[in-house]
Amino acid sequence: MILTRRTVIAAGIGAAVFPAMAFAAAPTDRRLIFVIQRGAADGLAIAAPTGDPAFAGVRAALVEEAATGARLDGLFTLHPALESAAALFAAREAHVAHAVATVYRDRSHFDGQNMLESGGTRPYGRADGWMNRMLSLLPADGRSALAVAPSVPLALRGALPVATYVPSRLPQANADLIARLSALYEKDALLHPLWESAIRTQELAGEIGGNNGRNGADLGRLAASLMLPADGARVMMVETGAWDTHSAQRSRITAQLRGLDQLVGALKAGLGPAWKDTLVIVATEFGRTVAINGSGGTDHGTGSAALLFGGRLAKGGTIAADWPGLGTAALLDGRDLKPTRGLESMIADAVAHHYALDPIEVKRTLYPGVLA
Amino acid sequence: MAIDYLAANRFGLGHHPDDAVSTSARAAQAALERQLGAFEPSPQAIAALPGPREIAETYILFREQGDAMAGKAGAATTADERGREPAARREAREAIRLFYIDAAAARFAAAVASPTPFAERLVHFWANHFAISTEKQFVSGLAGNYEFGAIRPHIMGRFSDLLIAAIRHPAMQLYLDQVLSAGPDSPFAVRQSRPRGRPGLNENLAREILELHTLGVRSGYTQADVTAFARALTGLSVAGLGRGALRQLVPDGSQPGDSIYIAERHQPGEQMILGRRYPDTGPQQAEAVLRDLAAHPATARHIATRLARHFTADDPPPPLVDRLAADFLRSGGDLPSLYRTLIASPEPWQGGPAMFKSPWDWAVSMARGLPVPMFGERQNVPDLLGQLGQQIWRPESPAGFGDTVATWAGSGGLMQRVDLASRITARIGDRVDARTLAPQILGDALTADLAGAIAGADSPAQGLAMLFASPAFLRR
Repeated sequence: MILTRRTVIAAGIGAAVFPAMAFAAAPTDRRLIFVIQRGAADGLAIAAPTGDPAFAGVRAALVEEAATGARLDGLFTLHPALESAAALFAAREAHVAHAVATVYRDRSHFDGQNMLESGGTRPYGRADGWMNRMLSLLPADGRSALAVAPSVPLALRGALPVATYVPSRLPQANADLIARLSALYEKDALLHPLWESAIRTQELAGEIGGNNGRNGADLGRLAASLMLPADGARVMMVETGAWDTHSAQRSRITAQLRGLDQLVGALKAGLGPAWKDTLVIVATEFGRTVAINGSGGTDHGTGSAALLFGGRLAKGGTIAADWPGLGTAALLDGRDLKPTRGLESMIADAVAHHYALDPIEVKRTLYPGVLA
Repeated sequence: MAIDYLAANRFGLGHHPDDAVSTSARAAQAALERQLGAFEPSPQAIAALPGPREIAETYILFREQGDAMAGKAGAATTADERGREPAARREAREAIRLFYIDAAAARFAAAVASPTPFAERLVHFWANHFAISTEKQFVSGLAGNYEFGAIRPHIMGRFSDLLIAAIRHPAMQLYLDQVLSAGPDSPFAVRQSRPRGRPGLNENLAREILELHTLGVRSGYTQADVTAFARALTGLSVAGLGRGALRQLVPDGSQPGDSIYIAERHQPGEQMILGRRYPDTGPQQAEAVLRDLAAHPATARHIATRLARHFTADDPPPPLVDRLAADFLRSGGDLPSLYRTLIASPEPWQGGPAMFKSPWDWAVSMARGLPVPMFGERQNVPDLLGQLGQQIWRPESPAGFGDTVATWAGSGGLMQRVDLASRITARIGDRVDARTLAPQILGDALTADLAGAIAGADSPAQGLAMLFASPAFLRR
């Protein structure tokens, strides 16, 4: 089926002729995980442009550390805490997209995250998210989606049902109480679907009750355990916070990136053979200022970097950047890394490739108004 | 119309079984108005807690012990390193942890015992509007004092005074990095010999005041306004936390934990903010900006919207927002006037229960509803709220905890409430009769179906768990 569809596209006929195929072609064994970095992760720390002549000047205090990471190419060096990521990069299972941003150009976390998650053209312009809309492109049995969060994050909110899961240390309510509450909630439009999905998720979670999910490796193991089973989630969102490094960035981002690195490593280990069918997208709402502020941190900026991991990347082992440079004249508003590529199109392309879907259809569905 | 239910839950924190029941809207409104005058800013549960000086001195001790540790000055990060740290440092670390845990427990106790639950709800509302987070260790010990010392005493005054008290409190200064900010041309910065280590501006506090605390996001201010406001704020700091050269700059007579102004760190000169010029009047420069921001029409609208949302629905009715905003401007930000307008407005009393209780509201209302203690003595209140997804004084961002149905109505969170209700009622179910309790705490929101379901439970504990997990009890 996939081969057939690819052949069709390669032949130049396109999905418009076979609109039904674009909706039915996605194989259900594919898995997608979106890791959001809330707080504006610094792309210049994630993949440092050590080959940019201006870098050493603007990032003086952080240069020494940046140089100890894995060299990706003549221009970029991965942060030294990203050890698993570096190995995945060497194995062509990681990709870095740099100088990317959504269409948002201001500096509010809340607006920026809203845009990253909704995929809309303005803050609070949409009540649903790109991941939920993406589910509509997948066949019914590939739509089981889960957020590791106490409530559904905007990216996953929308018309199609989504479960949430919070690892619990509390003893679980007995089956009889659960059944009686099911009857009590039956006619409640808000509680009924929440309760149904809570019960499904609790069954799915089974063995992992003792895991508090607090560090990256635990979270990665948890996510993998929820996605690996035949009837597990196929689409997942994992939230990570504390990327807002206004001060003491060097130690804080090292710890954060180490957690992220372990999360990805544990995902790959936990998914085992399913890793080859998995796509992990890591992205943040915007970047940080190029210059370091008075307290060893950076402030809210614009362009940042996004990461892709997985067994079937289109451009594994490469870093994509239409690099604008860090010279004063090249900066946006005299302070930010200038975005040269849309994060939306980067995500849409990765999703289309991963599920072998028509890229135009994916753009239109995930980012209406932004990309189509 | 479930008037009594709304008065107790939407405006309050849930019924005590022995509360008087309001049978008419007028009686309910009068009872709420009386609470405004009867509010106790310093109830017994919080009066005995340590002040900012004791807390700051413990921090200083903790840091000095850390500095003295062999090898490196940074904090111990691994369990192994902590195991080797001196006893004095371990004790200081434990004391900081207890400042937080004791304050959170006191907050809970005050809310459960309060005879003015509407006013308590307003304390929680404003503490969340001016959110700080214990994510930073230095903030965690001070978080309780922030709410008890900067928020509580000002919720029945003017918005401008509440704003200034919140901004000047050490917890806010530390949380939003103000203590790190220095004017790039301040005498302190200019004296530094190493250009790389020269302190500079941190615009975090200035930005969040504009975006979250006063005008609101997308209200027309620019990056230049943020930067200029950050410059005006320089000099504002906290005594006792500086190192090296900074330590010499603390004004005479100030004690650790005091909110102070360090002239040497202030950016000299006039600042232009939102088209207005602010001459360099030292500490008064920032205060003048704050007072103007507090009186701005965008602030009136922003506060009116948040308040209206809290007492009605995710999308608050525009007439209510308009009325509150007009009141804010007319009264000069007099908060009791806003509350009276809210009580007298028809919108919060319409449409039945629409809001979903936050984990905090839910846990407090459960404790208020029970005639026996909800917890055993060793219950860790903040840990429990953390499990429910709302760790006390630890929102994910300076925007505070979300205040919409979608924020709290999640499937994972719902299951945790059921698990917790199940655990608590298993312990006390033999001492409380849910069939008697249900009409007392749900009042006119108790349906015949729910009463029947509770009566048909397989054990008293299960009936009680069903009451607390019932659709009516989950809402407000």
